Amino acid sequence: MNLEYAERYQDFRLKVRAFLEAHKPDKSLLEAPPAERARWLTLQIEHGYWARTIPKAYGGHGAEPDLLETVIMDEEFNRAGTARGMMAQGPSMLVPTLLEHGTEEQKRRWIGPTLRGEILWCQGYSEPGSGSDLASLQTSAREDGDDFVINGQKIWTSSADTSQMMFLLVRTEPEATKHAGISYLLLSMDTPGIEVQPLRTMSGDLGENSFNQVFFSDVRVPQTSVVGNRGEGWKIANTTLKHERNSLNANAEGTLLRLMKLMHSETVNGVPAMASPVYRDRLMKLQARVLSMKHHGMRMLTCSLKHESPGVAGLVTKLQNCQLNFDIAALAIDVMGELGGLYDHTRYERDRGFWQVHSIFSLGLIIGGGTAQIQKNIISERGLALPREPKPAKA
Amino acid sequence: MDFGLSEEQLLLEQTLRGFLADRVPITRVRALRDEDCPNDRAIWRALAELGMTGLLIPEANGGSDLSLLDAALVAQSLGHAVTPTPYLSSAIMLPIALRDLAGAEPAGWLNSIASGELTFGVAVTETFSVREGAGLALSGGKLSGKAMMALDSCSADQLLLAIDDDTLAVVRSGTAGLTQSRLSTIDSTRCLAELVLDAVTPEAVFEGAHDAIARMLDAGRIALAADTLGACEAMIEQAVVYAGQRKQFDRLIGSFQAVKHLCAEMIAELEPARSLLWYAAHSFDALPAEAPLMACHALAHISEIAREIASTSTQVHGGIGWTDEQNLHFWFKRIGVARHLLGGPEFLRGRAAELQQLTAAA
Ligand SMILES: Cc1cc2nc3c(=O)[nH]c(=O)nc-3n(C[C@H](O)[C@H](O)[C@H](O)COP(=O)(O)OP(=O)(O)OC[C@H]3O[C@@H](n4cnc5c(N)ncnc54)[C@H](O)[C@@H]3O)c2cc1C
Repeated sequence: MNLEYAERYQDFRLKVRAFLEAHKPDKSLLEAPPAERARWLTLQIEHGYWARTIPKAYGGHGAEPDLLETVIMDEEFNRAGTARGMMAQGPSMLVPTLLEHGTEEQKRRWIGPTLRGEILWCQGYSEPGSGSDLASLQTSAREDGDDFVINGQKIWTSSADTSQMMFLLVRTEPEATKHAGISYLLLSMDTPGIEVQPLRTMSGDLGENSFNQVFFSDVRVPQTSVVGNRGEGWKIANTTLKHERNSLNANAEGTLLRLMKLMHSETVNGVPAMASPVYRDRLMKLQARVLSMKHHGMRMLTCSLKHESPGVAGLVTKLQNCQLNFDIAALAIDVMGELGGLYDHTRYERDRGFWQVHSIFSLGLIIGGGTAQIQKNIISERGLALPREPKPAKA
Repeated sequence: MDFGLSEEQLLLEQTLRGFLADRVPITRVRALRDEDCPNDRAIWRALAELGMTGLLIPEANGGSDLSLLDAALVAQSLGHAVTPTPYLSSAIMLPIALRDLAGAEPAGWLNSIASGELTFGVAVTETFSVREGAGLALSGGKLSGKAMMALDSCSADQLLLAIDDDTLAVVRSGTAGLTQSRLSTIDSTRCLAELVLDAVTPEAVFEGAHDAIARMLDAGRIALAADTLGACEAMIEQAVVYAGQRKQFDRLIGSFQAVKHLCAEMIAELEPARSLLWYAAHSFDALPAEAPLMACHALAHISEIAREIASTSTQVHGGIGWTDEQNLHFWFKRIGVARHLLGGPEFLRGRAAELQQLTAAA
């Protein structure tokens, strides 16, 4: 255990801080026009604060991985209240997958523009009949000359209406067994035959992520769009899901600070919430959990840099973080009492309605990317080696 | 930068766990519950031979001058094996207090702890919780009053007493005017006692000991959290083993989601808490300004998850978990009593809020 920051890291921190003071944009990335967003991300890549360890040839900064630098960058960007890089499905899920399984051509073509936010991606996995049981998916891609022809439907597709590309899972070998018939494809959303239908979510119009159904009728895609080998999509999807779970590591520490501010300013009967021992006790319980998850994250990063398996400890992160974020929002809403339900920029709404949005968003993250129950199956079966559910006998 | 255990620490843990499995199996723990005091000297001396009792003692006094994280790993293994031993009092709290008091070491106490010849009881409850009119006073060089829930004092050679939050005294066991009565709790693996003093002449009195007392409490809280975490580990291990063996409805019970999800929930709480504990223990030496807060959070949080784990593991065992024979209750009870020893969760969270000046608004 050694958490000391050597001098060069202290210098690094000052550099990051100075960079942020000089360049930090005042708009959130997703609100910014694409050109502005690309400029800001490109600047971050040039300075090495985003895509730091991705090879230069693919549009990254090309530095050696360094845990402390990562921690410092995250801390400083959080402190400045701005996102480091772009938290979106492309950079956090597709890029690592391409780095691991993509062809040289795919890496050169897609990674750079994705990192710069020039291409936005959506994830086409879930289908109406296939959610937790993803491998049962039915959307088919039939071979036709040099192409595949896709027919079927995806659902719960975040940001499908604003994305240029989709990475998706389709069944290419209808004869093969459930897991073996799936391929991982890259598809332009402009391709004829794709129809996107937005779904209204429980957060109404305020949610940052749209939710959609996507229909495919005779959508043609060249066979070169397959990532990895044909029929290996299941394996590849699992690496993507792993990256998704790692990226669902929302900044609970920052949210807790925001909650503490609220508790100082929010008063009932003239008394600030922070003065209530009951609310304070709940706050301290949450703070201990936030500290646990923060240091848990450092432990997991240390493991990955040392190429050590964290064992079962590595499987609990998503479950614990998502619930923690939901619970932080719950205390904020409770502290606001009867005003906690205000929404839609109504008068008296606190923090521009952040807490209800955060609560609903956190609940979505508990479900998305593998539900809490599925996480518990994974933890107990893979992590603790408990026996699997017996398969029902075939009638 | 490296947030993990070192090779040496892993080796220390492995050595100790091997030793405990071999020399202090649960049958030995069970036998010791019938003694007047469960703190068996043979175990203490063996721990000293392994170098475990001197981890926090300076090299000049025969110790190895390691960090609290090392000692916390020992405490964790002792909790894992529900070992009755005065480690918390004698090998953790006492050395931290004496180390912090300049010139406090005339009698070679630290040397004797490192070598396993001596143990200390520690009575500090009244610095944070006064019940039953307890409290000590020093008058004309004599100590009188009562101390509750003294740790490991029954078979100790010396006692370290906090008179108030700025004054410590050492009293020899068996001194005239000192009466000790063991307070039996449900946890037979830990010695707790009431001390009544009537004009007792102390061996030593340390004034201006405010920082020493505070540091001793922080270290004690972190080590107690480690003990509880170790006990939790053992309870989860036993539940998982049992769930993989016991059959009902022609199935292993571990294949029922209701059961496997209980196991998943236990480990999902435990692993992040382990990270919190490492950080708290590390902060004690490396980032001392953070240690008081981290000690409160680590002990409060681990005590909370431990109550759930203790109950859940027992439930996974069904009826046999509720029997004396299955032994699971040794861990359940160790966790239950430890929860309130150096401040319960509510107190510790109140203190955590105070330390961050969050109570100023009141
Ligand atoms: C905010 C959000 C964003 C999303 N974004 C995307 C996206 O961009 N792309 C995409 O493809 N998908 C996305 N999803 C879909 C998401 O991956 C699925 O909703 C999720 O995997 C669950 O599948 P389902 O909705 O079909 O629910 P079901 O699988 O039908 O689950 C319903 C309930 O049954 C339980 N259950 C199911 N199987 C088991 C089992 N074996 N053991 C125990 N319990 C079980 C579940 O835990 C759940 O409680 C998103 C979902 C949300 C909420």
